[in-house]
Amino acid sequence: MRTFDYVRADSSAQAAKQGSSQGAEVFLAGGTTLLDLVKLDVMKVEQIVDINRLPLKQIEPLSDGRLRIGTLVSNTELATHPLVRERYPLLSQALLAGASTQLRNKATTGGNVMQRVRCNYFRDGISACNKREPGSGCAAIGGLSRSVHAVLGTSEQCIATHPSDMCVAMAAIGAQVTVQGPNGLRDIPFADFHLLPGDSPWREHALQPHELITHITLDAPLAGSQSAYLKLRDRASYQFALASSAVIVRLESGRIAEARLALGGVATKPWRATEAERFLMGKRPSLALFNQAGELAMRGAVTTEHNAFKVPLGQQVLVRNLRDLTLQEASA
Amino acid sequence: MSEQLIGTAMRRIDGRQKVTGAAKYAADHPLPGMLYAYGVYSTVASGKIVRIDDQAAKAMPGVVTVLHHGNLPTLHRTPNAPLNVKEILHASRVDEHRLPFEDDGVYYPGQFVALVVANTFEQARAAAHKVKVEYQAKDAVRSLAQGLKTKGARDGGRGHKRGDPNAEVGTQRIDVTYTTPVEVHNPMEMHATTAWWEDGRLYVYESSQGVLNHRNLLANVFDLPPERVEVRAPFIGSGFGSKLWPWPHAIAACAAAKVTGKPVQLVLPRAQMFTTVGHRPDTIQRMRMATDANGKLVSIRHESFNSTSTLDPYTEACGVVTKNLYSCPNVLVSHSIAAVNRGTPTSMRAPGAAPGLFALESAIDEMALAVGMDPLKFRQLNLSTTDESVQLPWSSNHLPEAINTAAERFGWHQRDPRVGAMREGDELIGYGMGACNWDAFQVPAEARVTLRSDGSALVQCAVQDVGTGTYTIVAQTVAQLTGLPVDKIEVELGSSAFPPGPVSGGSWVTSSIMPALAGATRQALERLRGYAVAASGPFADGDVQALTIEGGALVNGEQRVSFADVLKSQKLARAEGRFQSGMPVNPTHSFRSFGAHFVEVRWDPGISRLRVARVVSAIDVGKVVNPLAGRNQVEGAIVMGLGMALFEAGEFDPRSGLPANNNYAEYVVPVHADMPEIEVILLDYPDYNLNEFGARGMGEIGVTGLAAAVANAVYHATGKRIRSLPITKEKLMA
Repeated sequence: MRTFDYVRADSSAQAAKQGSSQGAEVFLAGGTTLLDLVKLDVMKVEQIVDINRLPLKQIEPLSDGRLRIGTLVSNTELATHPLVRERYPLLSQALLAGASTQLRNKATTGGNVMQRVRCNYFRDGISACNKREPGSGCAAIGGLSRSVHAVLGTSEQCIATHPSDMCVAMAAIGAQVTVQGPNGLRDIPFADFHLLPGDSPWREHALQPHELITHITLDAPLAGSQSAYLKLRDRASYQFALASSAVIVRLESGRIAEARLALGGVATKPWRATEAERFLMGKRPSLALFNQAGELAMRGAVTTEHNAFKVPLGQQVLVRNLRDLTLQEASA
Repeated sequence: MSEQLIGTAMRRIDGRQKVTGAAKYAADHPLPGMLYAYGVYSTVASGKIVRIDDQAAKAMPGVVTVLHHGNLPTLHRTPNAPLNVKEILHASRVDEHRLPFEDDGVYYPGQFVALVVANTFEQARAAAHKVKVEYQAKDAVRSLAQGLKTKGARDGGRGHKRGDPNAEVGTQRIDVTYTTPVEVHNPMEMHATTAWWEDGRLYVYESSQGVLNHRNLLANVFDLPPERVEVRAPFIGSGFGSKLWPWPHAIAACAAAKVTGKPVQLVLPRAQMFTTVGHRPDTIQRMRMATDANGKLVSIRHESFNSTSTLDPYTEACGVVTKNLYSCPNVLVSHSIAAVNRGTPTSMRAPGAAPGLFALESAIDEMALAVGMDPLKFRQLNLSTTDESVQLPWSSNHLPEAINTAAERFGWHQRDPRVGAMREGDELIGYGMGACNWDAFQVPAEARVTLRSDGSALVQCAVQDVGTGTYTIVAQTVAQLTGLPVDKIEVELGSSAFPPGPVSGGSWVTSSIMPALAGATRQALERLRGYAVAASGPFADGDVQALTIEGGALVNGEQRVSFADVLKSQKLARAEGRFQSGMPVNPTHSFRSFGAHFVEVRWDPGISRLRVARVVSAIDVGKVVNPLAGRNQVEGAIVMGLGMALFEAGEFDPRSGLPANNNYAEYVVPVHADMPEIEVILLDYPDYNLNEFGARGMGEIGVTGLAAAVANAVYHATGKRIRSLPITKEKLMA
């Protein structure tokens, strides 16, 4: 633990002025990532801007069918909110598949979006890690890379997975991230919020300095659709996904009219499998079809010695989820 | 004797203290003026410390001192003698013999290289991050395979040979190799020390499974008469073996208290629970077996290799059960060790037997299939009826009954032997079994029992309750022999100031302390009888032999006088008994505990999910003193066995040798959601050859054989023989 200044923000505008999503002045919400990383001396903060008193704890249905979620809504509140359960069951399932009860009670919606990677080479404070020390390299490549390392969206500079379950569901649902900056509010489409590591893995999201997430507004649910979140891991609880899928699918006269597929645990950001979605359009559900979609979704994967199994596992988590949503009789 | 308490299910007498937080653990003793120590740990696996720059750290608020090899006063090593259980009450053992800060060498990652002492924990930690250590790194030996290749193997001892094991006998043979990874104990309570010096005496609260050994060790290290050191561990958040023998932090904290003249508390961070307090080393085990045409074993060779540290030899004695569980004329067991740059390994719950029975009981399954026999029938055909390794009869062996009883409860006979033939929904079902086995020891122990004039009894012994229920067993034993109610028995354990007790390990506590307790209780009662028949006593001039013990009173015919009134009649406060029990000398039997696990696994190939759905275990551990605590021990061990089978593996970076999953999130242990239905059957046949109560220990046996039972069930479900733990999904997807 290092010494740092602590300030409490009374308004979003003030918070944005004093804190940042980058550098040494950071926002504190639930603290479930931040405090760990400060204690490990991985995040070397100088000022913590506590936003917990900001009035950003509401879940509000909008007249256009969307759902607006305050950044400070806890993972537990979001998962158990009647409107979320009713309209976005996959989001509720994703949240409840993550972390532990204690962590979900503390963790917030905005904080979940902003959580850092679980790569041990990032967290150990000493290994080469471009996220921690830009330009130092990536020790995960050629190191141990089984559980929290990606096969999609990787680069030569970083292969860490984005650890969130919630974000995978949101990627499938579609959302806008509202941020408060020094010059007012702006919206960022959820799909554009998280950045691929590319040549600058230390840039993890689309926030500009001194921008604070205030809300996440989910797109209106797809009428007549079925949805589910499926998570695969070693143990049955309290582990980050080895592979997960968030699937929303709508059938019309026995054919797939719309499909939204997102993957977790296999990619460096919440991963939308758009090519596989297009492939499914207008086709009759079948296991053979879903297997092809799974292959498409994992096409282009780059694996390491340890995580090659995530390619078939990513296919499986998609196929099973699609099957259970559309082919009831097969899952008896 | 009155009510039968031994053998009755009893809630823990210390349960209330634990659930209300009244139980104080090693780091729960804030003392006036106490300082906090936080370590600086090596970030290279091998090398030399070139320079330690502690200027910035020393300048930080609250920092009192920074200790390292350059400034720590000279300490002394403890004799490097192998464990001799006969002398257990005089032991002063460590597994890592090098003292902390002894020289500028770095022998493993996570080694203490400096210790910051400050007014608060946070100040000490902040300053520890500011200590700059410059290393001259050497190429480290990073894995067992590399150690074997570069330096070769050394003999690790504890081998066995009979007959002609190298002869190519038999008609069916297997030759297979199993591997097990590093496992880490990771008890919930971190290792912790609270130490202070007073008038030339050293006092320590330590999370220790052996306060007496710990005291003797500290006496050697600080050159003190042992009676000037007191080590207390009234409660321990478990240890699983990692707290049997002292580790560097314990010595470092006492040294820091000496240097600063203040009480010092040191709590190890979770990451260091993976480096500097021991672990179960990884093993490579080659198993060769042969049977004759009738399926009788004619040859077994079990050659085991394990990693140790560059500092100390440690043998994971994987073949000890192979020597005698099955009847076989030609047997070879050997252990070899190879040094790697890791901390020194140590005993972890069922050392040797846990990885060893993964290999043995997997190989038995493979052998049974090779000869076309049901694995259960194959075992029944080949079980030993005597200990052929020492040619002694078993003291008490009910393994055939354990197998039959558990098989019946499990439904083994409904098993379709064809691979993958049993199915439900998306899941393939597999049934597997494995024998479990562990030592039955009785080691020396001493206890004091004091009958008091307030009608209570005080029992003291320097043994520990590591969470297993020892407090309760002590109370049960004394209550049984005195007839006093259990709530009148005050039990004090876990202080080296009490009569000497053994380390809490080897599953020997129950069988060792009950005879000591009985001896001390009887001596106290004998004294009390003497007082009773003395001149002014209630039974003055009566016949001592005629006085019986009933419900906390002396009784002769119609006359009944409570212990308290006997003492009062003589104006005495107490009647004390103290007794040291020994261990079997020139035994005429071989003592072990036996059992069998039956496991149902379910494999969903569509999502590559393996889970254990059901475990039925029957265990033969002699007399079960407290079925509630006993069942809990076996269930806990089964859970640990599930972790071993499915999840646990300490990982080290292949380039640096640094630990890579040194936290509770990435070192995967089972959680509640993984729990199968568990049914434990305790056979409860007293083993009077071992001691008068017939009790053996049961802390470890449950963890053995479980991983093999899982692997055997996995084979039955999937047709894939996994010889490398843990059984992760990628091994089944391949």
